[in-house]
Amino acid sequence: MELLEEHPTVLAQFAAGELEAFEMLFRQFQGEVFGWIVRIVRDPAAAEDLTVETFWRIYRGHARFDPERSFGAWARRIATNVAIDYLKTGQSREGAWAASPAVESAQDQRAGNSVNPAIQRELRERTQLALQHLPAKLRVVATLALIEECPHSEIAAVLNISAAAVKSRLFRAVRLLRKKLGNLDTTYE
Amino acid sequence: MNEQEQEKFANHLRQSLAPMSRELNRDLWPNMLRRVNEGARQRQWIAVLFSPAALSSVPWFDWALLAALVIGICAFPQSIPIWLYHF
Repeated sequence: MELLEEHPTVLAQFAAGELEAFEMLFRQFQGEVFGWIVRIVRDPAAAEDLTVETFWRIYRGHARFDPERSFGAWARRIATNVAIDYLKTGQSREGAWAASPAVESAQDQRAGNSVNPAIQRELRERTQLALQHLPAKLRVVATLALIEECPHSEIAAVLNISAAAVKSRLFRAVRLLRKKLGNLDTTYE
Repeated sequence: MNEQEQEKFANHLRQSLAPMSRELNRDLWPNMLRRVNEGARQRQWIAVLFSPAALSSVPWFDWALLAALVIGICAFPQSIPIWLYHF
């Protein structure tokens, strides 16, 4: 699969606007782009639509693509912008973040069994709500850095900003979250 | 807030919200192809509307009327609200 991306002919054909080359790249990268978007928006149904939107922007912008550069990195940057646009429009539904029983169980295990499940659920809902009310740019950084544990350098690359700017956004996001969540610290202690 | 406090808070967040790792379980190419075709149809429609053949099929007196309207608006800009009222 990696070989296909490195294949200069496919990338050059895509840059020239050939649909067959675009299809090959789509089939290779759709899973990766979907996985990245779902980590940001945390809604698989919305992530499918946003994956198509990302590739639509990629298809329209084929002339701007430099075949010498990585298609995957370019696609990921566009996917991040698409996800941020989605978060900005406020279409991200509060219910969409509701976790499946399997995910809730995994979360409960992470939280430890000593904590009351009702408290855990309330804490989870409050945290989700607080994150949803963050500005889109801060929310993306907070989700990727704190929940998904992505390296700052990776976040900086997809947002096209410096690592220092990522740290600054993260600091602001945490400050806002702490303000919104209030006594979160005491809930676990 | 120092780094230690930030890390402590991040741990609280991770405990309440698990990372999302979902696999794409269906091929999105049919949706993509539909989107590409819709875009191509839209471009085609615009191209047809402004094509030389479409523009040349407009009668000369319609062009003359349009030119008179543009000249009239340029000469008497205060008449714009009247035109807007009638349209």
